[in-house]
Amino acid sequence: MKTMEEIKAAIEAAAPGAGVEIVPNPSPSGQHSLRIAPSHAVAVATFLRDDAELALDFLSNVTGVDWLDKEVTEKVKVTSTVTKTVDDVEQDVEETVEETRKRVQPGCLEVVYHLFSSALKHGPVILRMKTMNRTDQVELPSLTPIWRSAEFQEREVFDLYGVVFKGHPDLRRLLMWDEFKDHPMRRDYVDPDDYEYEPTPHDAVLTRANAHKAAEEAKAREGTGAGL
Amino acid sequence: MTDTAFRREKMEEGWNRPPLIEEDGEAELLEVAMGPHHPSTHGVFRMDLALDGERVVRLKPVFGYLHRNHEKIAEGISYLASMPYTDRLDYICSLTNNWAYALAVEKLVGQQVPERAEYIRVILAEFTRIQNHASSIGFLIQEMGASGTPLMYAFREREKILDLFEELTGSRMMCNYMRFGGCRVDTSAAWLDAARKVVDGLPGFVDEFENLLSTNEILMARCQRVGILRPELAVNAGITGPMLRASGVNYDIRKVDHYGIYDRFKFRVPLGDHGDIYDRYMVRILEMRESITILNQALRDIPGGPIMDAKAKIRGFRPKPGEAYGRIEAPKGELGFYLISDGGPNPYRYRVRPPSLINLTVLEDMCLGSNVADVVLIFGSVDIVLGEVDR
Repeated sequence: MKTMEEIKAAIEAAAPGAGVEIVPNPSPSGQHSLRIAPSHAVAVATFLRDDAELALDFLSNVTGVDWLDKEVTEKVKVTSTVTKTVDDVEQDVEETVEETRKRVQPGCLEVVYHLFSSALKHGPVILRMKTMNRTDQVELPSLTPIWRSAEFQEREVFDLYGVVFKGHPDLRRLLMWDEFKDHPMRRDYVDPDDYEYEPTPHDAVLTRANAHKAAEEAKAREGTGAGL
Repeated sequence: MTDTAFRREKMEEGWNRPPLIEEDGEAELLEVAMGPHHPSTHGVFRMDLALDGERVVRLKPVFGYLHRNHEKIAEGISYLASMPYTDRLDYICSLTNNWAYALAVEKLVGQQVPERAEYIRVILAEFTRIQNHASSIGFLIQEMGASGTPLMYAFREREKILDLFEELTGSRMMCNYMRFGGCRVDTSAAWLDAARKVVDGLPGFVDEFENLLSTNEILMARCQRVGILRPELAVNAGITGPMLRASGVNYDIRKVDHYGIYDRFKFRVPLGDHGDIYDRYMVRILEMRESITILNQALRDIPGGPIMDAKAKIRGFRPKPGEAYGRIEAPKGELGFYLISDGGPNPYRYRVRPPSLINLTVLEDMCLGSNVADVVLIFGSVDIVLGEVDR
């Protein structure tokens, strides 16, 4: 199979401006991946599937990954002009101070695609796409029109991570029920006290029964000793 | 784009869809919820069908009845603690699940596995494949109306294999046997002899099974040319395992990846011609025969030695940051585990690539236009376990 650099060059030749970036993997598995710009994802995917040398016709696995906002601490050298008294004379001296600054690296949702070739029997080629953030800009293009195997898996990522796939033919929740609000695989998901609470006609009956029971108990307390 | 328009467009690209019946208002479609407690669904699974008389015009699978968010649980516990949970994915084949997970973690940390442990893994995986295929065929025939007999023949054989599992691992179905860098307990000479005895009896069982079923007129009438899956769609939809090979695509991960020590064994990959239910049945029968040849070679060649790598780290297991995707040819298809480590004791991301769920992608394509009675058979021929579909 071609190396990652060769695949990157081939993609850039076929889809100019795709912004392909190699994401190195330090693990001994050595499975490096390619990050592509969502705007060119469909063109890149079509090229990877139809190119005779790559022929990645088999999309095996689609995964969502949640990267939280990260607080990064970094040391910055700051040069400032300070007025100092040196040898009884006031002077402007340039001084370099090392400061620790904290900044928040915004989080994102990432979708990872593992591609193989059933004809040439090589792989995996790993594609990654990132959303802009974790809250309102969570749209990515769907690759289901290119590889049908993404149909259920992208629905699962939509369900459990909340990535909205544009161009998916049937984007509904896969595992959770339709009325469910949150995305349980996100790292900051807090599970509710009562999973299965649903308002039912019994709720009104229950409220009335509880009120009735309280009234009965109060009556019984009042009448203690009077024939009970 | 509406669903129907999308599908029509895809049909023109060759997505294996028979023409839809137009909803012209002359006849009403009958909507049927098949499941979640239908006996043929092997668990809790629902198919929302729309029927025009007996013909299926729409089929939407509904998942999630058995969803317990296995992946979330695994992200909250250590790597090793997930091992017994993997047994519960595809609970018919716990040992192959163990292997796939162990393989992914071994890739993540660059762990070697001693030779004897590799042989034991192959032996157990092939036993698992035989008992899975036998019982899945048994269930398929049961759904055809042969209540009991073929299934009991399959279960009689499965029982012998499960007894072997129990003797070695302590459990018949929830084996929890493999470890990162080897296996949990060693096989004794007596166990290997017992395994050889079981393997010697297996060809007779497959012959008997085939005599009983392969040329049965009812089976042929109900299975041939029903539920056809074209190879182009099968590859595009990520179908793996016996279902893919029944459509004639030569793709067996044991041959492609040579994971473990599969490059040492001589075996063939059975392929189908038509991609119908009968081919799937036949591919499973032939795969059982190939598994028997692998078992004979493995039980002949198994060397002595340790079963755990001496350098394998058990306490304080913290993989360096990175990621790995490991996959094996499980009896139902490609079972993969995708792990991301951030250097901590728990996986940052733990993903199961379930063959059962992805093989259901084409369920609607195979069922459209066929009779409602065939839906049960087509669904049975996919061979799924709901523990893995819903995770």
